[in-house]
Amino acid sequence: MVERTFTLTHAAGLHARPAALLVQTVQRFPGTEVLVRKGDREVSARSLLSVLSLGASQGDTITVRCEGPQEEEAMAAIARLVEGGFDG
Amino acid sequence: MAERVLQGVAAAPGLALGPAWVHRGDAPGPSASAAGDPAAERRRFQEAVAAVDRDLERLQAGADPQAREILGAHRLMLADPELHNRVEAGIARGLGAEAAVQEATEELAALLAGLEDPYLRERAADVRDVGRRLVAALTGRAVGLRLEAPAVVVARDLAPTDTIGVDRRLLLGIVTEQGGPTSHTAILARSWGIPAVVGVPGLLEQVQDGMTLAVDGETGTVVLEPAPETARQLEERLQAQAEARAREQAEAGLPAETPDGRRVELAGNAKVPGDVAAAVERGAEAIGLLRSEFLFMGRSAPPDEEEQYQAYAEALRLAGGRRVIIRTLDIGGDKGIPYLGLPREENPFLGVRALRLCFRRPDLFQTQLRALLRAGVHGRLAVMFPMVSTLDDLRQARAALEEARAALAAAGVPHAPAPEVGIMIEVPSAALIAHRLAQEVDFFSIGTNDLVQYTLAVDRGHPELTSLYQPIHPAVLRLIDEVVRAAHGAGKWVGVCGEMAGDPLGALLLLGLGVDELSMAPPALPKVRRLIRAVPFREAEALARQALACGTAEEVETLARPMLERLAVESG
Repeated sequence: MVERTFTLTHAAGLHARPAALLVQTVQRFPGTEVLVRKGDREVSARSLLSVLSLGASQGDTITVRCEGPQEEEAMAAIARLVEGGFDG
Repeated sequence: MAERVLQGVAAAPGLALGPAWVHRGDAPGPSASAAGDPAAERRRFQEAVAAVDRDLERLQAGADPQAREILGAHRLMLADPELHNRVEAGIARGLGAEAAVQEATEELAALLAGLEDPYLRERAADVRDVGRRLVAALTGRAVGLRLEAPAVVVARDLAPTDTIGVDRRLLLGIVTEQGGPTSHTAILARSWGIPAVVGVPGLLEQVQDGMTLAVDGETGTVVLEPAPETARQLEERLQAQAEARAREQAEAGLPAETPDGRRVELAGNAKVPGDVAAAVERGAEAIGLLRSEFLFMGRSAPPDEEEQYQAYAEALRLAGGRRVIIRTLDIGGDKGIPYLGLPREENPFLGVRALRLCFRRPDLFQTQLRALLRAGVHGRLAVMFPMVSTLDDLRQARAALEEARAALAAAGVPHAPAPEVGIMIEVPSAALIAHRLAQEVDFFSIGTNDLVQYTLAVDRGHPELTSLYQPIHPAVLRLIDEVVRAAHGAGKWVGVCGEMAGDPLGALLLLGLGVDELSMAPPALPKVRRLIRAVPFREAEALARQALACGTAEEVETLARPMLERLAVESG
């Protein structure tokens, strides 16, 4: 299991487009479970609606957990996406 | 049956006459469908998901980039495991597939609707839209506008997905019961050039499918079952409208060039991104002024960077590679933007407005500049600062733009690194030091509305002073002359984006003064194009020289009017 915390610098936080990019990124790793936590809520990163329902905005901190055969690769892809400002 | 007249709000100009096609996309579906056994209901749900996904995929293929993104998000929602879990739990409790979908999408929509972030709250509508499509697929009803013959569409309101994929050639006009002039329907109708009237009370109660409707998008009236005499008059007007449109379209591609070879760029002014398409259709070679105020009005909090980015990007995409000059926020204490908490001022036009406000609110200004630079990757962006009165204003504004650029570069966010930068010339002090300002900009755009008001010290809206508000006053013309010389001396171009540019008399004088670009409300473009193509530049120039020597606006008018009449373009 790998876990990392990110601060959302992107102005839109996890609005529809960034959230959709996150879900699409996670879909490339079908056997790996990916969870996103904000505050005390944790949801599956495969569910766009759940990710949107976190209401994560610019400046918020989110924690991502990956578990499965491709957990390292999945985390690296997510880090590139989030730290690159969701520049899909 | 006697004709009836309904009054709404004019939303998109033009006239339409045809049969009504009532869109009941929001009618409630059969919510308590008889449930089959759970395995059968699950299978029906899976089949509906597959069918809707195929529909969305097909729509995506023909959509513009923005619509494609919306549809992509809808497809992700359709495949969302959370949605599927909730629907299947409902089916396991004995609900039919329709009821389970309705319940699940309503719960998920409610979850989003409860968020703090206003942008995320609006995504509730997307979830409901997906739910509607699923229920429609389950019950065999069509969603979206599926016109089979030319018709006037009548609806409570239209959602974005209702209009994606509609055959525009069959869409004669749009009438909605709800919505205002900035609703999705209105913006879309304007950009498509389809007559529309919105906000018609009692519409759906009175209109049935197939009823003949006449829609007047100029006056906001809708006539139900027009009497033969009314219909005959309407047909004559429609005929005239079609002829005028055909002539305009034939001319729209012609260059605005005088018979002796002086080329002027004709551009359109826009209040919202959708106006850009209307301007392009009328042959605008660029957008000379896109006001950004539309984003800030009629709401309770300022738009965030993402919302602004989307709006500017839409305008740039609609312009299809043509230059779009976007003016930064131009508001002050006289405009009702309550959430900015601006104090009332004794003299708002001489107070904290436009750039002066932006300098005091770097949060607002940086957000806008970042959104502009990011949107710049989608087309040919030019940034324009309003209300520059000193060299220091310009330098401070440029420094703010540089700050935004550097922040984006440091964060690795894609952006346009060096858009054209220009300023409005609308304060006499700026006109008089234009030779210095010209060295530090790429272009000028003369805002004649404010320049006239500041030069002649006449409030444009003052009911008793209308006769003193004189755009062709020699004092104004002399300032414009000064600005044109200054710009050209520094190798820069200069445009005019006030109402004077779209008025034949004003345009004639501006042409003669050597202005390079005229930007106006799109409906004025055909008339001004005809004028420029008819008048030899050397005659316009000679006229302008004489006008500069006049003492009053009346003298200028007496000089110029005969030339216009000889060219006979004013009435066209």
